[in-house]
Amino acid sequence: MPVASLPPLFSSLFSLLAIASLLLAFAILASRWVRRYLQAFALQSWMIAGISAAVAYAGHYPELYLVAALTALFRGCLLPWLLWRMVGKPEAGRELHLSVQASSSLVIGALAVLFALVVANRLAAALGLADTVAVLALTVMLAMEMIGFLLLAVRHEAISQVLGLLVLENGVFLGAQMLIPGMPLFIEIVLLFDLLIMVLCFGLLARHLRANLGATSATALRRLVG
Amino acid sequence: MTLVLLALIGGTPLLAILLMLAQGGPRFAAATNVTASLVVFASSVLLVAASARAPAVLLGGAVLADPLGAWVILCTAAVYLLASLYAAGGVHGADRPARLVRFHVLFAGFAFATLVAPMMNNAGLYWIAVELTTLVSAFLVAFERTPEATEAAWKYMVVVSAGISLALLGTVLLYWAGSFVLGPSYDMTWEALRGAAGRMNPGLVLFAFLLLLAGYGTKVGLAPMHTWLPDAHSEAPAAVSALLSGALLNTAMLGVVRGLSVAEAAGRGEGARAALLGLGALSLLVAALFIVRQRGIKRLMAYSSVEHMGIIALGFGFGGPLGVAGALYHMLNHALNKTLMFCGAGSMRECFDSRDIGAIREVGRRFPVFGALWLAGAVAITGAPPFGLFASELTILRAAFAGPLAWLGAVAALLLIVIFAGFLNHFRIMYFTPAAAAPARAPAVLSVLPMALALAPLLLFGLWWPGALWHYFAVVARSLGAAP
Repeated sequence: MPVASLPPLFSSLFSLLAIASLLLAFAILASRWVRRYLQAFALQSWMIAGISAAVAYAGHYPELYLVAALTALFRGCLLPWLLWRMVGKPEAGRELHLSVQASSSLVIGALAVLFALVVANRLAAALGLADTVAVLALTVMLAMEMIGFLLLAVRHEAISQVLGLLVLENGVFLGAQMLIPGMPLFIEIVLLFDLLIMVLCFGLLARHLRANLGATSATALRRLVG
Repeated sequence: MTLVLLALIGGTPLLAILLMLAQGGPRFAAATNVTASLVVFASSVLLVAASARAPAVLLGGAVLADPLGAWVILCTAAVYLLASLYAAGGVHGADRPARLVRFHVLFAGFAFATLVAPMMNNAGLYWIAVELTTLVSAFLVAFERTPEATEAAWKYMVVVSAGISLALLGTVLLYWAGSFVLGPSYDMTWEALRGAAGRMNPGLVLFAFLLLLAGYGTKVGLAPMHTWLPDAHSEAPAAVSALLSGALLNTAMLGVVRGLSVAEAAGRGEGARAALLGLGALSLLVAALFIVRQRGIKRLMAYSSVEHMGIIALGFGFGGPLGVAGALYHMLNHALNKTLMFCGAGSMRECFDSRDIGAIREVGRRFPVFGALWLAGAVAITGAPPFGLFASELTILRAAFAGPLAWLGAVAALLLIVIFAGFLNHFRIMYFTPAAAAPARAPAVLSVLPMALALAPLLLFGLWWPGALWHYFAVVARSLGAAP
């Protein structure tokens, strides 16, 4: 695996990009404005595209350049734009209702990272990969997964639920790029399209939601219990 | 031969969609769906027979026709056939012809996604197919366009997409575990994973399996990830509820079972099965609590699905030839039985114009034929003899009592008795409480026909377990690595 035996320069580059993506996940977690949300998500996607390109160069996987380009295009440009259209311009400048204070959710997010680090360390040690960039990849992947779930749990806006899902997917994709760069290209491309279709479906449903419930806040979704 | 059958199963619904879009009439669309489902059902019966003789890997390793997958396809095809017959009798909420056509197009699309997912030989492609079923079926759940239906569809999509991203994480980790053995680039087929599992890191494989279990378990509706299920199943039109409950849940369970076989090959089968057993038992408990004090008729059926998925999880969790055979037999029986129950619930909703159990009264006296069929279905679904579910549940309990976890079998049996009493109590109220007001209309013939068609094999399977099926299940159990 190239992950275990990378030149130091590339190790640091990967670390930089992966940690930047994690920090952007925290930025999403802490922000109260939809606009900031979308910007942080777009930036995070660009970081992941950067990781793909760096893996392509360091590990000699030419097909990953294509994945990097598509990631930047789909996740970095198209998805934020679609979400932007989905919420509508006046909505995007609006402040979100937070059910858990931003500061508390940051603390919970930090605990999640600690937990992810412990799990990643143990897994990597069992595989003989301790102190390599694999630990970092696993940590960021698991931490972003947990932060995504946190976003789903503490934010009650339709848009933030979709963004929570996208952070989940970004986390998995980031981990996949670093841990298994040899994954068949076909599957990576289908995954990208799948995400696009998912967001389009959410957009359609959100329109129904607004037409029927008059709100895109999931707090209005309280009719079905028991 | 196998390739032709697979092409028929996957291609017929697609062809049906094209025809419906081209032609356009609602009657034509309904007839096309029924015809397509007949072709699919006939092909899937032949596929089961063909895959029992020799499992096949086709199209450069992309498509798999193994006995386990063929069995799940058969269950799906049976539900597709019965549900499209029911849908031909009318769909609630389809007020305009164009919307009825749209329903049939989406319905065929949903059947297509559910049918092709078990054929996927690659774990990544299987994940994508399961995700596709969510996207298509969400619009069927939202079909009635009421606020409740929209809410249910939204919850369904958010909860299941979040859950299934865990399955993707599990798939990535499984690929990573395999890359230490098979090199950085390889075809991630189930067979390759099982073959290499012995040399993978067992801890990593178990971790990946637990993520797969949590992810696909959300889609299966295992407690505590079942929260989307009662909403989606109760708000969707009845034919869709049947396909969601009888077919889609089995298709998702397939991912858990295939993951389990990889964990088994890596030597961590014990821990993996313990997790599956825990979720199965919890599902039974949650279902029992919610069934006893349920007020909505379709929600009652939905919680019954949670119960039955729990039983199937227990079957695979106990493992061995008995457990696997019981679980597979239960898949088919549950698929038939739940279709019967949802068709009945849908008809009653039309007749009494309500989804509340409190509004449905004197069913047996007012509709003798329908009432008898639905009551027989209710008796069958609680696992009472002489129906198929009794035979399969008994086999799973036998598997429990043969192993070291006999106490869990006893707990499960106790919960089944609670569910039996709670479920049938609702039917006692619906059948024997006198009511002054008469229902608005009687059930349509086309909605009673699939119920009769489902009940006949259920009764047959309860009285007589075909010997050929025993052999078939034994083959599946061996392919999953269960000791003979």
